[in-house]
Amino acid sequence: MSAFTGTARLTRLALRRDRIQLPLWILGTVLLLWTTISATREQYPTEEDRLQALTTVAGSPAVLILRSAPTNTSEGGMLVFQILTFLALLAGFMSTLAVVRHTRQNEETGRSEMLGAMVVGRYASLTAALVTAVIANAVLAMLIALVLVGSGLGGAGAVAAGVAVGAAGVSFAGLAAVVAQAAQGARAANGMAAAAIGIAFLVRGFGDAFGEIQANGYTMDNAWPVWLSPIGWAEQVRPYAGERLWVLALPLLLFAGSVAVSFALAGRRDVGMGLIAARPGPRSAKRALLSPLGLAWRLQRGTLLGWAIGVGAMAAVVGSLSGTVEEAYRDNAKAAETIAKIGGGGTSNLVDAFFAAMMAIIGAMVAGYVVQALMRPRAEEAGGPAEAVLATATGRLRWLGSHLAVAVGGATALLLLAGLCAGLVYGLTEGDLGTHLADMTGAALVQLPAALILAGVAIAAYGLLPRLAVGLAWAAFTVSLVLGQLGDLLGLPQAVRDISPFSHVPAVPAVDATAGPLLALVAVALAFGIAGMASFRRRNLAL
Amino acid sequence: MTTAISVSGLVKTFGRARALDELDLAVETGEVHGFLGPNGAGKSTTIRVLLGLLRADGGEATLLGGHPWRDAVELHRRLAYVPGDVNLWPNLTGGEAIDLFAALRGGIDKRRRDELVERFQLDPSKKARTYSKGNRQKVAVVAAFASDVELYILDEPTSGLDPLMEAVFQECVREVKERGRTVLLSSHIFSEVEALCDRVSIIRQGRTVESGTLAELRHLTRTSISVETTHPIAGLLEVSGVHDAQVDTTRAKFDVDTSELDHVLRYLTRFEVRTLTSAPPSLEELFMRHYGDELAGAR
Ligand SMILES: Nc1ncnc2c1ncn2[C@@H]1O[C@H](COP(=O)(O)OP(=O)(O)OP(=O)(O)O)[C@@H](O)[C@H]1O
Ligand SMILES: [Mg+2]
Repeated sequence: MSAFTGTARLTRLALRRDRIQLPLWILGTVLLLWTTISATREQYPTEEDRLQALTTVAGSPAVLILRSAPTNTSEGGMLVFQILTFLALLAGFMSTLAVVRHTRQNEETGRSEMLGAMVVGRYASLTAALVTAVIANAVLAMLIALVLVGSGLGGAGAVAAGVAVGAAGVSFAGLAAVVAQAAQGARAANGMAAAAIGIAFLVRGFGDAFGEIQANGYTMDNAWPVWLSPIGWAEQVRPYAGERLWVLALPLLLFAGSVAVSFALAGRRDVGMGLIAARPGPRSAKRALLSPLGLAWRLQRGTLLGWAIGVGAMAAVVGSLSGTVEEAYRDNAKAAETIAKIGGGGTSNLVDAFFAAMMAIIGAMVAGYVVQALMRPRAEEAGGPAEAVLATATGRLRWLGSHLAVAVGGATALLLLAGLCAGLVYGLTEGDLGTHLADMTGAALVQLPAALILAGVAIAAYGLLPRLAVGLAWAAFTVSLVLGQLGDLLGLPQAVRDISPFSHVPAVPAVDATAGPLLALVAVALAFGIAGMASFRRRNLAL
Repeated sequence: MTTAISVSGLVKTFGRARALDELDLAVETGEVHGFLGPNGAGKSTTIRVLLGLLRADGGEATLLGGHPWRDAVELHRRLAYVPGDVNLWPNLTGGEAIDLFAALRGGIDKRRRDELVERFQLDPSKKARTYSKGNRQKVAVVAAFASDVELYILDEPTSGLDPLMEAVFQECVREVKERGRTVLLSSHIFSEVEALCDRVSIIRQGRTVESGTLAELRHLTRTSISVETTHPIAGLLEVSGVHDAQVDTTRAKFDVDTSELDHVLRYLTRFEVRTLTSAPPSLEELFMRHYGDELAGAR
């Protein structure tokens, strides 16, 4: 028996288990592309429209971080500017989740132990997971190319765009294979992989935002960070702008390298264990652990710490950019209108618009944290220790309330941290510490009500439909994000965008916060939360 | 004697499937009650209803004089539970988990906890993710017995324990029984039930099929007899209560319904009994009959 025996069988099994999940990811991603194509055509019908828009945004770091560096004014070029990095981001998440699902998550449910005892080689399960991810990315790449061709944007650009996105996905699959071997568990592996994707997105964002604008006034020489990121590489393939297929060697090299590392790790690791052997811990519990709240905190603090590092670092970087942003805007006074249109928050002060846009990203991150934190009770209930805990004198409301308290407290702490980090760095580099500290903290904290709504939705889903809660809560988060952050990009009517809680967050500091909408958001969040808590109290445990 | 658990006509459905179909169960205070039945019979479901983790769809259930659903939190202070599937927090140590469960139940006897950890030879400083199945089971058992409560509800508590630890477990049950505590013990291990239980209830397909002391239940089963007589044995096959008889002139081997033992022996004396050995029915045979019937019934 070779180390790979059974790979084909395991791959078929993985594809079968994913027969709904992967097609949903792929179709969702393609749908995003398809909607963007028609919205872009409508908003920027002529070459002049596109030239004008791209010339304006070239000087706006806030927009460039979220989109990518403009490459040319053709329809295809405009489209790549708008959507390519998001497609690569989605391909990344699809890939890392799939790889972790079929490696560590399988081990944790004892599934691969059963398989491991059958005729299955040592590397079979890892290989099957990687093959599954590669197949999914190949299909995604093909569909992207087909949609582009079908929309009349054919040629080398269509193929390059599809392959660039697929290659980004594949390289993240490789990274996920490594963390899946190294991490302590599936939860940690997913967290590390997600952090890697987030960093890759931001790193290339800074590479785009702070490039040199060329003589024509809109294309740019990217700053070097863009070359450090698989998502940056996808841009550098330059679909519809003199395709450079050789850049694809980078993601493929990364994939090959990380696959080699992951195989080496897999050869040295025991099933179910991390690479670092678990050390002995305390023989008895500290006082602080001995309550439902203490337990919830203990279970959640690792996740929170991870997010705190990410959010704090992001906020500090944002704060440090103030000088660069001001400089970039100095000669670009008439850009305001276009910035507002593309998503800067409807203000004439471009520096404030930049900070508002960045805080909106941080707000979305914090909302993501809240959803993740509130899925913990579900994990505790489904095949976890919740059954034994709820058979002690711990009331259901107290138990779920503890997790909720940690999630909401954690979200508040994260936003406070973001405001302080951004304000401190801003104030220390530009002077006027007090004002900037207050402004940034305010801008961060107004994000809280939107996160609370998602907390409410997650609790409601958990209380009413526990078995579907994880899917529903993440779907709510994704829809909110797409409608709120990409609503303008997709040309959606305001009424549809208003479904997203993110659409109701005032763009502080660019505009003043008003209490009305924020209080309304909090009220909606409370309504969801109360409904969820009440039905959790009345329902069967879904073990 | 008062009743610690009384259940009558309990119904629980999962969608169209009826997991509990008018189940009855009575556990007296101070007794160790065996709760038996084939896989999927509804033992864990009954226990979860009693713990207020699942809502009953019909019937009555009283636990320590309270309502399992409405008074859940109050009742849980007075009982300890070992679940059928022990799941712990992978990154908490066994010692932390034991302390946590006991504290959430309302308090821990430190000395007793340390003594139990010692007796079960558990290393409490290991992270739960590194425990073997048996050791995870020990954590749950220690956490339960570390609390001094009125009622212990144990769902297959010894699955995965080695024979040495099984013996320690049986000691623990006897100790709490001596202190007048009540134990509901779901188990598939006959020797354990035989050694510990005062009374047992056997359920299948969500219904109680037998309930009583072991002696009473033995009465319902068969004794194996092998006999040697002076005169050739005749007509044994027609005697009521005799099964699977093999007669070889003056020797015979057969099973007899324990309730019919008396008149079968009378019948045998006609042929002048010279030697007789009898094997009492094992609990195992008793269960085999009930579980076997279930299989036959299912077909
Ligand atoms: N959450 C559930 N959803 C649907 N059916 C369930 C659920 N829980 C239990 N059942 C069904 O109810 C029946 C009783 O299950 P239960 O777990 O109570 O059996 P058990 O007697 O404890 O068996 P075992 O000896 O295997 O532990 C089974 O047929 C099972 O499939
Ligand atoms: Mg059971």
